[in-house]
Amino acid sequence: MISYISSRLMQSVIVMFCVALIAFGLFRYVGDPVNNLVGQDTSLEERAALRERLGLNDPFLVQFARFSGNALVGEFGISYLHRVPVADLIKERLPATLELSFISAIIALAVGVPMGVYTALRRRGVLSHAFMTLSLVGVSLPTFIIGILLILFFGVILRWLPTFGRGEVTEIGWWTTGLLTTSGLRSLILPSITLALFQMTLIMRLVRSQMLEVLRTDFVKFGRARGLPERYISFSIALSNTLVPVITITGLQLGSIIAFAIITESVFQWPGMGLLFVQAISEVDIPVMSAYLVLVAFFFVIINLTVDVLYVLVDPRLRVGS
Amino acid sequence: MTHSIPPSDVQVPAGRLRQILEGDVFHSFSKSLVTVVSAVVIVVLVAGALFAPLLAPHDPYDLTTISLLDASKPPVPLQGSDPRFLLGTDDQGRDVLSTIMYGARISLAVGFSAVLFAIVLGVTLGLVSGYLGGRLDAVIMRIADIQLSFPSILIALLVDGISRPLIGRESHENIAIFVLIFAIGISSWVQYARTVRSSTLVEREKEYVQAAQVIGIGPALILWRHILPNVMGPVLVIATIDLAIAIITEATLSFLGVGVPPTTPSLGTLIRIGNDYLFSGEWWITIFPAVLLVILVLAINLLGDWLRDALNPKLR
Repeated sequence: MISYISSRLMQSVIVMFCVALIAFGLFRYVGDPVNNLVGQDTSLEERAALRERLGLNDPFLVQFARFSGNALVGEFGISYLHRVPVADLIKERLPATLELSFISAIIALAVGVPMGVYTALRRRGVLSHAFMTLSLVGVSLPTFIIGILLILFFGVILRWLPTFGRGEVTEIGWWTTGLLTTSGLRSLILPSITLALFQMTLIMRLVRSQMLEVLRTDFVKFGRARGLPERYISFSIALSNTLVPVITITGLQLGSIIAFAIITESVFQWPGMGLLFVQAISEVDIPVMSAYLVLVAFFFVIINLTVDVLYVLVDPRLRVGS
Repeated sequence: MTHSIPPSDVQVPAGRLRQILEGDVFHSFSKSLVTVVSAVVIVVLVAGALFAPLLAPHDPYDLTTISLLDASKPPVPLQGSDPRFLLGTDDQGRDVLSTIMYGARISLAVGFSAVLFAIVLGVTLGLVSGYLGGRLDAVIMRIADIQLSFPSILIALLVDGISRPLIGRESHENIAIFVLIFAIGISSWVQYARTVRSSTLVEREKEYVQAAQVIGIGPALILWRHILPNVMGPVLVIATIDLAIAIITEATLSFLGVGVPPTTPSLGTLIRIGNDYLFSGEWWITIFPAVLLVILVLAINLLGDWLRDALNPKLR
């Protein structure tokens, strides 16, 4: 098990190294960092001095080491577009994205798991068919179209809910939260549903198929033969055995929630990391792009590593194999 | 020379047609109403998109034929509509139906090309990886594993984003579509590579491959002539589902404003542009392209589901 985890750890380090190399290459060699920082009337001497001060004349390895070292402490230079340190931008935007992703994940789990259990236990029920049809629609609708439809119905036609921004936010240290004000919570409803819908259908289908499989196994039949109450069999025996793969997929989905947050944030003008990144791409704001690249890769590596380790801990069969 | 062709040869096409019509695959096709409807929908949409210059009621990008006087007309049964514009017009006076037909053209072209690129890349790597094995195989499959842990839309977005500054803003306008095809293709080669690799591992050990090796045929020719035709079945199924994903990815990137340039709008671009008019009540500019996109994707997905079942011998 230790060799398994250490090989995973090694792979994660290699991935982070490659991503850092790409981000550095982007930062250093695409466009001239000096030209992007100074105005047109800066003299050649001043440019040369700035070049020397930024360490752009140092050998490649020294520069890469400095870039990686800075990245480790969250230092990514100055945004070409906003003219402020990228670290500050990220600090300002990170809470918005994390709050949105977190609430969406909770909605997806809190609705998806019970729906999956229900459709598995009552396979022929009318409600089950309705859920399954709904999930087919949910899979076929691209995220941004779900967002647009929600805006059209609840924002434009019914005028019930706000459709852009975070509403009023409260500051707690450097963290800003929209969870403590009414307008913040109201602003959160449509984006979080948009983001949750796809994951929800995925979780529901997964729970359903796993549950159906577990319900067919011998230990469930044995439980019935012993005369255990049906409620106990369904929820204690079957459900707990269903949740192993659900943990994996949900964990991996956490990463894709962060990816799809880019789309949701664009639809709802949600001031998070995703919106920042999309703007950085269209404005060729390279420091922000490379920072986002490193940060997202880091999130994914951590998530994958955690899921791998959790999986080994939860499922004893994997421990013997490795 | 016509008289020398034996009668049996002449009948081959007819016999082949009958063989297809009486075969299992066609039988399961005609039995499923949903599949037939999906296929018809796809044929109609593809034809409409392909022949847009001939079929579209207006040329939305010919400045001489559009007029601002026709701007923001609602679709036909509504008050204030114009029978010339069945689905209404946008803020510039362009016919929404025509822009959708031209937009679907771009969306389908990018989708098909991206899938084709992914197939070529994935199948080649899968064949080489499975046939040669060794260190190359380990490297390719490790890269595939790593890529698989990232969602494909993120990969496409990152590749597109990184290539933008690399190419430079001026030349980017011209080749944006190819960059997009490359980005979407790169984001989805892994599935093909993994599938083809595992079937190649099986085929490699079979007698016909060993026979070919014994008579001295080189590995490239063996892969191309002998193994490739036997591993393409599952690729077809993946390609169908992948086409739906590629079209969604293209639409999403274009919606985010990092896809095709605004001069050649795809469905995603149209939805993005129309989105700005949602609040002034001109919902048709964005909703119609969105509906068409969803119908297209749903039809392709349903057809793909059927294809998967029809080609799966276990389910026959």
